[in-house]
Amino acid sequence: MSNLFDLLVAGLATGAIYALVAVGFTLLWQTSQTINFAQGEFVMLPAFLMLAAMHAGAPFWLAIILGILLSMILLGLGFKLLLVDPMMRHGVLPLAIATMALAIGIKEAVKQFFSAEASPFPSVVPTGDISILGHAVSLQSIGVLVVAILAVVGLTTLLNRTSLGHQMQAAAQNPTVARIIGVPVERMILLTFLINAFLVALASLLITPIYLAKFSSGEVLGQAAFIAAIVGGFNQVRGAIAGGLLIGVLDNLAAAYVSTQYRAAVPMMFLIAVILFRPQGLLGRAEERTV
Amino acid sequence: MSSFGKPLKIALGLAIIAGLIVIPMNFNRYGLFILSQWAVMSIAAMGLNLTLGYAGQVSLAQGAFVGIGAYAAAIMTTHGWPLPAAILVAILLSFAVGWVLGYPALRVQHHYLAFVTLAFSTLAFLVFRNESWLTGGIYGISNIPRPHIFGLATNKPLPFYYVCLGSLAIVSLAVWWLIRSPWGRAFMALRENPLRAQSLGIDTRRYTLMAFAIGSALGGIAGALYAPLTQYIDPVPFNLSLSLDLLMMVIVGGAGFYFGPFLGAMIAVLLPEWLRFTEGYYLMLYAVAVMLLLIWSPTGILGILDRYLAERRTKAASALRAVAKSRLETVQ
Repeated sequence: MSNLFDLLVAGLATGAIYALVAVGFTLLWQTSQTINFAQGEFVMLPAFLMLAAMHAGAPFWLAIILGILLSMILLGLGFKLLLVDPMMRHGVLPLAIATMALAIGIKEAVKQFFSAEASPFPSVVPTGDISILGHAVSLQSIGVLVVAILAVVGLTTLLNRTSLGHQMQAAAQNPTVARIIGVPVERMILLTFLINAFLVALASLLITPIYLAKFSSGEVLGQAAFIAAIVGGFNQVRGAIAGGLLIGVLDNLAAAYVSTQYRAAVPMMFLIAVILFRPQGLLGRAEERTV
Repeated sequence: MSSFGKPLKIALGLAIIAGLIVIPMNFNRYGLFILSQWAVMSIAAMGLNLTLGYAGQVSLAQGAFVGIGAYAAAIMTTHGWPLPAAILVAILLSFAVGWVLGYPALRVQHHYLAFVTLAFSTLAFLVFRNESWLTGGIYGISNIPRPHIFGLATNKPLPFYYVCLGSLAIVSLAVWWLIRSPWGRAFMALRENPLRAQSLGIDTRRYTLMAFAIGSALGGIAGALYAPLTQYIDPVPFNLSLSLDLLMMVIVGGAGFYFGPFLGAMIAVLLPEWLRFTEGYYLMLYAVAVMLLLIWSPTGILGILDRYLAERRTKAASALRAVAKSRLETVQ
């Protein structure tokens, strides 16, 4: 029983990180039909930016700020201006392929300019255990969960309660009408790219202390975020959050109760089942098909 | 114009084929390995081009079928079966699995289909890695024999390169015939407008499944050649990135163009080798090159050529019209 509790907490913590990444993924899809195959690499890179800043002599807090700013410039602004903008009008597939190439490029650049080895990364949350209901729970899991929840609550408040958020949703749902009623659609799209870059940098900060900083660590993360986004509902922010938590828990439970060899298979089977029987996702709305 | 163009095209084609046969004769071992790999990957990419480029069904699982073919060939030939039998089994197996994988395509399209096939790709990799009683697990299968063709041993790199090239030629001819047959036209109708295709009496259900099955079968053939080429296989080469690479080959070469996969495979296999002098930077440069190409021409390399030829044709046609018009006027 205590084992199950631990698994749930650990699963929720990883799931919360998946959710952050998945939310960014769905935001990009909604506003600009970008399927970002480099999303996992987007999570891997900010940790290295922070490490680089620390190697240059910056204290940890400054390195975090620099890393987040740099990733918003590179992975938000740069990604949009240099890759997405020139390719958006050509349809979904060429852009998706271009992001695959981008994923290779980022991985190789980190391997070449930083290191092919895994590097340790300091934790923002103090390590150690605290006791909850008689269970020892690692502070790291709690910290990750709290930060991720705060970020998600902040984002949903922004989207649902502020004028800016309403404009962003309008730009995502119907750009033409949004433009007519005076929403600066282009600026809103750029904003979603910046938010995505911020979210991946945050995810990077949270997950790297657990799994170490390595050039190839984006692959697994990207896939998990992918699955989370689709399972929850590709066109819904809250769907992506639910999907992330679900996949995190499922992954941890599968590792414990199914088999460690096939743990990766469980989320995949789940994904296939969801797509076949409820393609709009567990919480998503059915997308209108254009013929 | 066209009466002059056709012999020229045939001559160019024959020159390329002759070049592919003659020039590698004094290549070293590694050069031959790379060229053989190009031939094998061209076959796999041609299969994906049928599924994606002609029938319009996105698949991120072609690498898994290369894996299925490779394991089928490796297991059978190490147990004493001849390679042609193994290729046949690889074709049948990939065809059957591809057919089943086509069923999701009847329900969902585009990115959803991409994700289903992506998930399948990962599942296939897990099976390759974990079912070690069959696949040797992470240790893989080694000492895969190369075949005897008409009593000739193909253990040396050059004869086996000719095996790969010959297979590529056979597959190319088959695909050439297929896309010109009513089936090929049905595939294209499926891509362009499934609803209209259906209302014209095309059994879209059957052709969608066929597009998947035939494309996958070609992946299986490529795998069955890959196993004796490397003579050792383990699960790593058949992970998701092979599927992504093959997709990239098709798009970069030009999806829906007959020669697209050849070019795409050439860029994916040879360009990194040519860039190898840049040492650690070569994959980075490759990635940048792919992105720049796609920004410039999202329809791939042959898309550029196609646009250029279309422009020239319209210019030539309008010139002819002008001449005809002036002639008409002089007659009057």
